[in-house]
Amino acid sequence: MSFVFYILAALTVAGGLAAMLLKNTVHCALALTVAFAGLALLFLNLDAQFAGFAQILVYIGAVAILVVFAILLTRGSETPRDGVFSRTWLVGLVIAAGVFAVLGWAVIGSVRVLPHETAVPTVTVLQIGNALVSRYVLPLEIVAVLLTAAMIGAVIVAMHEKEGQK
Amino acid sequence: MINTLDQIFVLLRHWLVSFLPAAWQPLVGVLLSVAAIVCLFPALFALTTVFERKGLARIQNRLGPNRVGPFGLLQPIADGIKSLTKEDIVPLSADAAVHFLAPVLLLVAVFMGFAVLPMGRNMVFVDMDAGLLFYFAMSASTELSVFMAGWSSRNKYSLLGAMRAVAQMISYEVPLLLSSVVVVMMTGSLSLTKIVAAQSGFTWGLPHWFIFTPWGCAGFVMYAIATTAETNRSPFDLPEGESELVAGYHTEYSGFKFALFFLGEYLAMFSISGLGTTLFLGGWSAPFSFLTWVPSWIWFFSKLMLSIFVFIWMRGTLPRLRQDQLMNFAWKFVLPLCLLNLMVVALWRFMGDGWLRWVICSAILIGAYATMGWGEMRRGKIGPRSYRYAE
Repeated sequence: MSFVFYILAALTVAGGLAAMLLKNTVHCALALTVAFAGLALLFLNLDAQFAGFAQILVYIGAVAILVVFAILLTRGSETPRDGVFSRTWLVGLVIAAGVFAVLGWAVIGSVRVLPHETAVPTVTVLQIGNALVSRYVLPLEIVAVLLTAAMIGAVIVAMHEKEGQK
Repeated sequence: MINTLDQIFVLLRHWLVSFLPAAWQPLVGVLLSVAAIVCLFPALFALTTVFERKGLARIQNRLGPNRVGPFGLLQPIADGIKSLTKEDIVPLSADAAVHFLAPVLLLVAVFMGFAVLPMGRNMVFVDMDAGLLFYFAMSASTELSVFMAGWSSRNKYSLLGAMRAVAQMISYEVPLLLSSVVVVMMTGSLSLTKIVAAQSGFTWGLPHWFIFTPWGCAGFVMYAIATTAETNRSPFDLPEGESELVAGYHTEYSGFKFALFFLGEYLAMFSISGLGTTLFLGGWSAPFSFLTWVPSWIWFFSKLMLSIFVFIWMRGTLPRLRQDQLMNFAWKFVLPLCLLNLMVVALWRFMGDGWLRWVICSAILIGAYATMGWGEMRRGKIGPRSYRYAE
């Protein structure tokens, strides 16, 4: 736990908090991007270059853009002056706490199972590629099928609208 | 002597650093490299603006800038002073913080891309194992700053320009990545220095650049198309279409912030040309085996400037595309060809040496190109323009 870690952690948490608390929706999306960038930097801090750059490429380059596009295309970026607050915030809080607890439990549990690494492992991109198409080929294929299904779904949604216009 | 000239910048840095105590040396070495990148490319940008204006002027049968200095060469200095002394206007309804951050973030992301480009033998700032991925991660994050600029200006032209720019950049990023992946498939590495090293040999005095293989040539053409769109250059300059959108996402920027956008655009052009040089044109290696004595950095920058010249030439030659043509071209023509090229490169890799793979791979690519182009022409979308309005 170095000094850099605390700076990055503070940045990420601040980004996440701002994404929740800011009133303007586009500002929230930009704050979310800061949180994404903080996560990417945390990966890089752990010497996980591939994961860090992939995080930037996918989350800042694509997901954040998708979010702002969705905001701009669905309704104006103007939000009510007092912000948007859900009436069922208590349920949301419980669900969030539950998800966090499960994730934390899984992470803490995995520490006991995995062997304790003393030296920092050096992982090259080549090794990641080999692992993806050998040991983890089934998850990769499942993800591929899932993404294809999502894409076909998106195309169908778009096509349906076009037919309605005619 | 030749070796010294080749390594002159590396040696110069070592010599400068050697005056300092040992503890400072790594830090100062890094700072020197950063300073070199941060000074060199804006200087190149200044030269390129004159070059571009002169070149465009020649294409359009004009003279171009010729008032400041000999042959108008000092024009960029005058422009720089002008943009520094101009009033910085922020619209009243603009989102001041985001409006300020957009050009800064753009420039930072663009400068980061130069870190992994090998500009000569041993002349790379950081030799990363995942260099190519780093480059694409950085170029992908410029999109957000374009959006920030357009949105924060609270101007419909800015917003329209930003939406166009982002849609275009997202669409063409797919072919950009896919056309670069073929190189990674052949070299088996994401490190840009290893990619250059893989192209360093010579056969009969000719280099082993990837552009001289069927898949490399196809990949390079598609890479060039995708980069032109990615840098918002003509004929893909819809985001800035002057006749429709004033200036697109930087309509509301003035003074030095505008200059920063201008700089960022050209630097993106330099860095993406540098990446194309590295991936397909052999990076810093010489084009003929008898020219290997010329310093490596001269080759890198010559190839870079040649690409810039092609960009300018295209700008002076081609008319602007329409938005639907732009999207159809990306998704229906370039993307399928890129996917086919992935198959072809796999075939090339596993067919082994020999002339057969040259024939088969070229035949597949040319056949696909011809049928697709012919099919598009046959479908006959050429005719009076039809308009569709949003509801």
